[in-house]
Amino acid sequence: MRTSLQAEQIQTIEPVEFTYDSQKRKSPALEELQDIIQYRDLIFQLVRRDIVARYKRSVLGIVWTMLQPLGMMIVLTAVFSQLFGRVEGYAAYLLSGLLAWTFFAQTTTAAIEQSVWGGALMRRIYIPHTAFSVASVGTGVVNLLISLIPLFAILLIVGRPITWAVLFIPIPIILLTAFALGVGLILSTLGVRFPDVLEMYRILIQAWMYLTPIMYPSDILPDAYRSLLLYFNPMYYLILMFRVPIYDGVLPSLPLSLIGTGIALVTLVIGWIYFSHQADKFAYAA
Amino acid sequence: MKPVIVLDNITVQYRAPEEVIGTFKEYAIQLLRRNVRFREFRALDNVSLEVAEGEILGIIGRNGAGKSTLLKVISRVLVPTAGRVRLRGRISPLLELGAGFHPELTGRENIYLNGTLLGHSRRDVDARLSEIMEFAELDAFIDSPLRTYSSGMVARLGFSVSTTWQPEILILDEILSVGDEAFRLKCQQRMEKYRNQGTTTLLVTHDSNTVEKLCTRAAWLDHGQIKAIGPSSEVVNMYRQSQ
Repeated sequence: MRTSLQAEQIQTIEPVEFTYDSQKRKSPALEELQDIIQYRDLIFQLVRRDIVARYKRSVLGIVWTMLQPLGMMIVLTAVFSQLFGRVEGYAAYLLSGLLAWTFFAQTTTAAIEQSVWGGALMRRIYIPHTAFSVASVGTGVVNLLISLIPLFAILLIVGRPITWAVLFIPIPIILLTAFALGVGLILSTLGVRFPDVLEMYRILIQAWMYLTPIMYPSDILPDAYRSLLLYFNPMYYLILMFRVPIYDGVLPSLPLSLIGTGIALVTLVIGWIYFSHQADKFAYAA
Repeated sequence: MKPVIVLDNITVQYRAPEEVIGTFKEYAIQLLRRNVRFREFRALDNVSLEVAEGEILGIIGRNGAGKSTLLKVISRVLVPTAGRVRLRGRISPLLELGAGFHPELTGRENIYLNGTLLGHSRRDVDARLSEIMEFAELDAFIDSPLRTYSSGMVARLGFSVSTTWQPEILILDEILSVGDEAFRLKCQQRMEKYRNQGTTTLLVTHDSNTVEKLCTRAAWLDHGQIKAIGPSSEVVNMYRQSQ
């Protein structure tokens, strides 16, 4: 009885085209990539939501995005310009590093927060798992682009020449984006399971900032461990690639560009693969 | 009869640490001491099920019987530990009304956000925008921030967005109890229309009366297994006698 019933079922199943088959899935990383491209309008809406909602009830609106790094720069310049007086146009040196760092710190933190928030939603409906991390980084890129305006204003004020090298800026921005997304994905994978990952990361990133030459020139680091602090710090290379065309007005050297590109792409690929392989387990964590 | 949902020997096994380990720090410490013991919990145990086009299948069972896990597997939220899931067409889970909305955005902006969360493109939302607004009956409020809405208005907007597109598979977790009588009637009419046009519906509820009334077939889940499946009145009777 049972076997005949099954045979009958198989006959009815065959001609149907299924749109989803859990046994015919491609590699998780590729599938995730395909899904995120299909859901690109969602990414746009999430970025829009983040930006619109943030400023909706404020009078100055988007101007805040420009004032925030400027305020920080003014305070730090007032404090440190005596100390680092020999750095020509210290305000421009500081701001260029600060913008790149703030972008990295904010987007990685937001990626963890958003993944935790989105996790609740993802337990109810199917959404590509990377959507919230990608959107966080997208929001960061928009903010970074906006804050380039005050950066160029400061360059003019302190009298640093703006050269053709600034046309190179999209490259370091893309690399910073790739690196931030890779780091954000790895951290989100942990953050979805353990709420204290975000808190630990906040502390870590604070320490990381002081170890990176943002407020100070890299040659003040003691010789004994300067190479250790710089060469093993991925953000050193990426910030330098962003800063050199703006502050020094020249293109970054080829070795620097190659190292920076390598770090960013490898981090992104590792983050993407790790995240998408773990993503199926997220729903089990609840 | 065309099958729309085919589940073959689905098993979902949760592997939870025996003690609740809430933080990463604790987890790392326990792991170093090799102290993490895992408890295996089978939420679904070898479940096979086939649902045909246009069917309304009721799923009944006690709390913890595996009903929501089954829904999660079908809505692709959860990938089963073992077994095969095959689905045909678009699944529309009725989002817990208002999940995914943002209070600072206007009704119109939230329609776009929620529509794309459900997997539609911006263009799809453009095309249905007036229909969604009309069904939700928000009129002048459509361009006010969502935080100014009453809970009934939020629910209406949520329902309107998630049911505007006719899905092949509709998942209802507990029957709707939102809005006033008139709006509920409107919702029911829309559901019925979709059913007549071939949408397959899965209804999960504690209320066996609803299942008997609305469903053609019912499945009784108990401890992660299908205890009975068949015509809803028969299954509901068996379920009631066991209580």
